[in-house]
Amino acid sequence: MNMKENLYKYILGIADNSLILGQRLGELTGHGPSLETDIACTNISLDLFGQVRSYYQYAAKIKGDNTTEDEIAFLRREREYLNVLLVEQPNTDFAYTITRQFLFDVYHFMFLTELEKSHDVTLSAIATKSMKEVSYHQRFSSDWVRRLGDGTEESKEKIQGAINALWTYTDELFHQTEADKAMVEEKNGVDVTTLKDKYYDTVNAILTEATLDVPESKWFQKGGKKGIHTEHMGYLLSDLQYMQRTYPNMEW
Amino acid sequence: MSEEQIKNLEAQFEERIARDEKIEPKDWMPEKYRKTHIRQMSQHAHSEIIGMLPEGNWITRAPSLRRKVALLAKVQDEAGHGLYLYSACETLGISRDELYEQLHTGKAKYSSIFNYPTVTWADMGAIGWLVDGAAIINQVPLCSTSYGPYARAMIRVCKEESFHQRQGFEIMMKLAQGTPEQKEMAQDALNRWWWPSLMMLGPTDAESVHTEQSMKWKLKRKSNDDLRQQFIDQTVPQADLIGLTIPDSDLKWNEERQSYDFGPIDWDEFWQVVKGHGPCNKERMNARVGAWERGEWVRDAAMAYAEKQQKRKRTSLKKEVS
Repeated sequence: MNMKENLYKYILGIADNSLILGQRLGELTGHGPSLETDIACTNISLDLFGQVRSYYQYAAKIKGDNTTEDEIAFLRREREYLNVLLVEQPNTDFAYTITRQFLFDVYHFMFLTELEKSHDVTLSAIATKSMKEVSYHQRFSSDWVRRLGDGTEESKEKIQGAINALWTYTDELFHQTEADKAMVEEKNGVDVTTLKDKYYDTVNAILTEATLDVPESKWFQKGGKKGIHTEHMGYLLSDLQYMQRTYPNMEW
Repeated sequence: MSEEQIKNLEAQFEERIARDEKIEPKDWMPEKYRKTHIRQMSQHAHSEIIGMLPEGNWITRAPSLRRKVALLAKVQDEAGHGLYLYSACETLGISRDELYEQLHTGKAKYSSIFNYPTVTWADMGAIGWLVDGAAIINQVPLCSTSYGPYARAMIRVCKEESFHQRQGFEIMMKLAQGTPEQKEMAQDALNRWWWPSLMMLGPTDAESVHTEQSMKWKLKRKSNDDLRQQFIDQTVPQADLIGLTIPDSDLKWNEERQSYDFGPIDWDEFWQVVKGHGPCNKERMNARVGAWERGEWVRDAAMAYAEKQQKRKRTSLKKEVS
């Protein structure tokens, strides 16, 4: 792969996480446990899609051939989406939604803090803008982990269940792809392997504060970064891509 | 208080409204005024919340990133409107939980338009253009209604609604100028949403029960039929502009009245939907009640956590003192 292809893949690797997580949150609008959480989750979804647009517009420019942000968002095959498995997990209940968000937000904020230092000025600028939003996301999801963990017996059981179930998807956040390695070498990308210890320290501290157990399992799932997804992904994409597939080559 | 004193207060109250003074939450008000306002404001808040559902139905399937972001923002605005209308309603001495209870048991109504299904993307355009358009016509006069908290909430609501309406019209315009399939989609949406939108302005004056009292309290400034005429006169040229046809063969310009004449409205359909038998009444209520019930453990947890935090704070304060 040449540098241009590496950069293109690198951007998708970042942006696809926001796309798929934003899509999952968008499913919940109007169905939240309270008006306030409904507004907050919709707001996070909006932030993520805003970030997605900045990344894809940049990726489209790199790719050339009049590629558009929408072609990148809607017209790839499942195997070409590079998001981690964590973000595509379904909204089983509010505990899963919050846990998925929390486990991603802690990583996302650390990642953006490093991406801000990128020598690629566009990526650095997107990181600066996104960090403000993501620091709010992290506050929101951590607060809810505390509330649910240290709330009632029922809520504790539910959030512990969600944490145990989603824990298996955390390790993949720190896997390096070929594009990652090339970008790190050029000082344009983030070495995610260096974030791992700090990530688990932060997550474990908040779980402990929330009176929750840190899972001990060392069995982890991976594949998303190589485009091998869970079975949930196809259904998510059939919603996401519905209009573009049914009415090809039209403007909206 | 003697009957005469109450009469005196009522007379003063009506005079204040006549002088265009705002009534504020702590002011004395007749019980009927309070009840009427709770009914109307909560109905309005419920409509915003139920209204999130038909549009939320297309968030995951919006055709472009730009449209998806705009739709998310719009539905979020509606949740925001719900939030401050519930808050405004709470100033009249009723809680949001009580208002939800009224919605969930069917005691309180919401706008019937949201009991129609959103079956294509063009419905997002039609709702913005027609439904929000009709809502604005209903709501602009409320910016100067007599109850202060309601009037102030409506100023903000109307600003955002008019933005939504332009956005909806722009969706329709883009479709109408697009491929034959897109144009057909737009026309089909107009055909389905036109008549229900006209019904949104309420039953004909002859059948409207609340009008006279509401006029006096400035909860209403024009009759339903006048508002409907205003909506039609405003919307027909917009449809012409983008080359769509209003689905009414009786529609024609009346030179003498300087207004459009229009065909008969199917009021049987209107009452069927109002009485709970529209295409989506049950789906909407199930979605709302379902979300509320599924969320109970979450709200309980938040409450329990807040109480624990408060207790901890008190204990640590006590320790500091001793």
